[in-house]
Amino acid sequence: MSFHPNDVARRARMSSLALVLGFLFLMGAFFKTQVIQNRQYVMQSEENRLRPIPLPAPRGIIYDRHGEVIAENLPAYSVSITAPNVDSLRAALSELASTLQLDQYQINAAIRRYRRAPTRPTVVLPDASIDIVSVLEEHRLDFPRLIIQSVPKRYYPDGPMVASFVGYTGEITESDLNDPKYASYKPGQGIGKAGLEKQYEAILHGKEGVRFDEVDARGRPVRGGGPRPDLNAEGAPPLYTNIDLDLQKFMVGIFADSLQGGAVAIDPSTGEVLALYSAPSWDPNKFTGGIPADYYKQLLDDKRRPLVNKAIQGRYPPGSTFKLATSVIALKDGLVGLKEHMPVPCTGGLQYGSRYFRCWEKKGHGSLDLEGAIKHSCDVYFYQLGLKVGLSRMIAGGISLTMRDKSGIDLPEENQPFWPYAVDYYNKKYGRNWSNAETLNLAIGQGANSQTVVNMAKLYSTLATQGQGSRPEIAHLVPQRKQIYSLSREQDSVLLEGMKAVLEAGGTAGASAIQGLTLAGKTGTAQNSGGADHGWFVGFAPADHPRIVVAVLLEFGLHGSRAAHIASAIIGHYLKVGPIKAVMDEG
Amino acid sequence: MSRPIVSDFRLLAAAGLLSLFGVAMVYSAGQTDTPTAVAHAYKSQIVWLLIGMGFAYAVTRSSVRFIEWMTVPLYLFSMFLLALTLVVGKGAGTAAGTKSWLAIGSHRIGQPSEIAKVTVVLMLAKVLSGRRESARSLLDLWKPALIVGIPWAIIMLQPDLGTGIVFIGIFFAMLYWSGVAWPLLLLIASPAISLILSFSVGLWGAWFFILLALVLWYRPFLIEGIVLMVLNVATGVIAPIMWEKLAPYQQNRLKTFLDPTADVRGSGYHVIQSKVAIGSGGLLGQGYTLGTQKRLAFLPEQHTDFIFSVVGEELGFIGVAIALSLFLWLFLRITRVAERANDSYSSLAAFGLMSGWFVHVLVNVGMTLNLMPITGIPLPFFSYGGSFMLASWVAVGVLMRISGEGRGSALSLRGY
Repeated sequence: MSFHPNDVARRARMSSLALVLGFLFLMGAFFKTQVIQNRQYVMQSEENRLRPIPLPAPRGIIYDRHGEVIAENLPAYSVSITAPNVDSLRAALSELASTLQLDQYQINAAIRRYRRAPTRPTVVLPDASIDIVSVLEEHRLDFPRLIIQSVPKRYYPDGPMVASFVGYTGEITESDLNDPKYASYKPGQGIGKAGLEKQYEAILHGKEGVRFDEVDARGRPVRGGGPRPDLNAEGAPPLYTNIDLDLQKFMVGIFADSLQGGAVAIDPSTGEVLALYSAPSWDPNKFTGGIPADYYKQLLDDKRRPLVNKAIQGRYPPGSTFKLATSVIALKDGLVGLKEHMPVPCTGGLQYGSRYFRCWEKKGHGSLDLEGAIKHSCDVYFYQLGLKVGLSRMIAGGISLTMRDKSGIDLPEENQPFWPYAVDYYNKKYGRNWSNAETLNLAIGQGANSQTVVNMAKLYSTLATQGQGSRPEIAHLVPQRKQIYSLSREQDSVLLEGMKAVLEAGGTAGASAIQGLTLAGKTGTAQNSGGADHGWFVGFAPADHPRIVVAVLLEFGLHGSRAAHIASAIIGHYLKVGPIKAVMDEG
Repeated sequence: MSRPIVSDFRLLAAAGLLSLFGVAMVYSAGQTDTPTAVAHAYKSQIVWLLIGMGFAYAVTRSSVRFIEWMTVPLYLFSMFLLALTLVVGKGAGTAAGTKSWLAIGSHRIGQPSEIAKVTVVLMLAKVLSGRRESARSLLDLWKPALIVGIPWAIIMLQPDLGTGIVFIGIFFAMLYWSGVAWPLLLLIASPAISLILSFSVGLWGAWFFILLALVLWYRPFLIEGIVLMVLNVATGVIAPIMWEKLAPYQQNRLKTFLDPTADVRGSGYHVIQSKVAIGSGGLLGQGYTLGTQKRLAFLPEQHTDFIFSVVGEELGFIGVAIALSLFLWLFLRITRVAERANDSYSSLAAFGLMSGWFVHVLVNVGMTLNLMPITGIPLPFFSYGGSFMLASWVAVGVLMRISGEGRGSALSLRGY
């Protein structure tokens, strides 16, 4: 440390000199800009303002697994306006109202957009018709602050066929704009509202560009030199999905207009979602750029509830399709032998305490082993199996088979299935006043159990791969797999033989067999207190090397055999086997 | 204290006038044709100014010895707050992607880096004043380098390039004031200079020969000399080659990483509008609160980073000259305080605080005319912002105290 006064005084002199020179440099720069070049900048300020015009970026194109387009962009025209203040905007809008055919709702929306971002051109018509655009072009000079732009507009070539998973886009809402997640978004911009469009918004949303129009003080575009730091919009990269559009269309066709329900097809080895549909559907192209009020009302009033996604949102008692889960729970804990028969043979029902529990088959099945019980879906066998397992082990087993978890499919709307968290659930619900009858109900897929179609598809893809659970994925990502359960080879093979037998002569879905292909699966009937029962079928093929799992739920489908027809047709189409007999003639 | 403590009213006057000028400009910045939230900014700016003055008064009532005693805990505390930003930090405004704010929920409390600017100066002063001799070799500098290096690294991770530049400025200024010879300072800075000059082979070559001459003349330790020359070759020759190999989007990403606040896509527009605003101000300006570029919202960030553009547009060259003269007056005054300080700690602290402000003014004001890159650092006493106002006035308090305890006392300081 050299703090001799002479040294310090010298450093202080040098520092002061540096300070003075630094400030003289700054003042010189300001003198040059403000005094010498003043005229030039006054001109720029008064006559030559740069008006930034945002250039919307095209959203990423969504492809199916073979490169077919699911979602793309078409050119459209947007009409926006710049205004120095709200009053001027109001005046301009009322002047334009008749030409643009604006209603009060659209005018209010434009004013809201303006208040949020006054320096951006305010979007008045996000998707103007060519008639309006040509009229405006003729009168361009009368409305100097009007901006007519070619903008990309979302388009789904297959419309309602893909709506169940692709979702739709629309203008960002006020509440979204307040969400920190969308901090970089501006009013008037498009955003994914549902389905893949919402799930992968961050990927699909491109980067807005900007064009700097030189305008005079009255907002009229002028030509001339000067710096123009334009930036082109950057389109988003495409999104590749696992969807097989051909299979998807086949699935849609089979539901036709008359049937309602949900269906999911999955590749069990990876969890890739091949097709997903909820019938009836809706048209996402009509949703882009604001949902027309009459169309929306029509969808809301439809008794078949098209806006509820029956593949991922609707929750239904899984019925007999759940008997495979009961079987896995019992086998896993070694509670039943493979050839073991239950103490009471099926005579059409089981007396338990003071209640008589019916089998669906009034004539009775006699004495069965596990394989036979699966084939015939014998309720009496599974009532007794459930009693062997006991309620608390049953509940824990269901939880470990992920019956309480979402399937994890990459769609934001998926509902969590319902399954008790513990025996305590019944205490909370009924007090002490409940009987072991709940165990019997759970064992056959009724009671406090309702599942989504996609979660049942996941359960059967786990069964198809000897316990390997894969997360269903629509976008082509890295498969996520997890061992859900593991059984002995013999146990696995009994379950598989049982499920194969379901689709053989005498099985509950024997009529849906396909020649030259071994199917495996299970029918189910979901008791519906509000009307006719729902029909289930979940299955896979080829049974020994499964390549596809299909879960189908038919609302008010009464019994699973019709659902089985649909599922086996979908499987046959995917595996290019068939044509199968009796697909549509019964339905 | 045997000597009476006398208040340095000129220092107080310079800081006070600058603050009043600043508040008036924040008020004007809010006067736009379409009112925004900025219209109310001046109110909280006044509150922060009063809080800051309260803190400053409290600091002047303590002694320099107490401040020195508090230096280490204060430094450690501010480093803790700074490190916290990496975990729970939030962005704000145009720099929403960074993490320089501490927040509870969505309520932003403050920017610890503003506090750290003061504590790092005090800590450097303590360490440098503890040495008997000025550093002669690079190895002698490891302690001060660490004191600045830790907060610098955290701030670059936030990332906040502008504040990082301030710390580097403070570091070199304080080394100079502690008596480190300028050739050694140049040697320390040489790899960075090589990096900057590396875009031109000729310039870099010339610089390399100057450096070689400097090394031969100054004769640092052999190993250090070799390491330095190797570093210069590395940054000057290899860096441009590596840079060229990157795809344009990677280059952009690197630029954005270095400084997201710059908003690469919008910065060209900002600077053009700022220059137009200043240039159209002329000699006398368009009149207080009447600047058209600002009123029509052409001027971005008019109450924070670009507040000096409002000065230029509305008060003209005269207003700019007055503002810059006030800064110069304050800085020369502080240099004098540092010169006359009682001990080396006080002297270094005073010079360090002044140099931090000087870098702020140089970079911020230079940015409005496109003389400096856009790095988003505020103008002391002017830019809207609570933490910085508070930290600046705490610094004023420290300087008042140092001045009061200084040799000959402030009353006998003539000139300026």
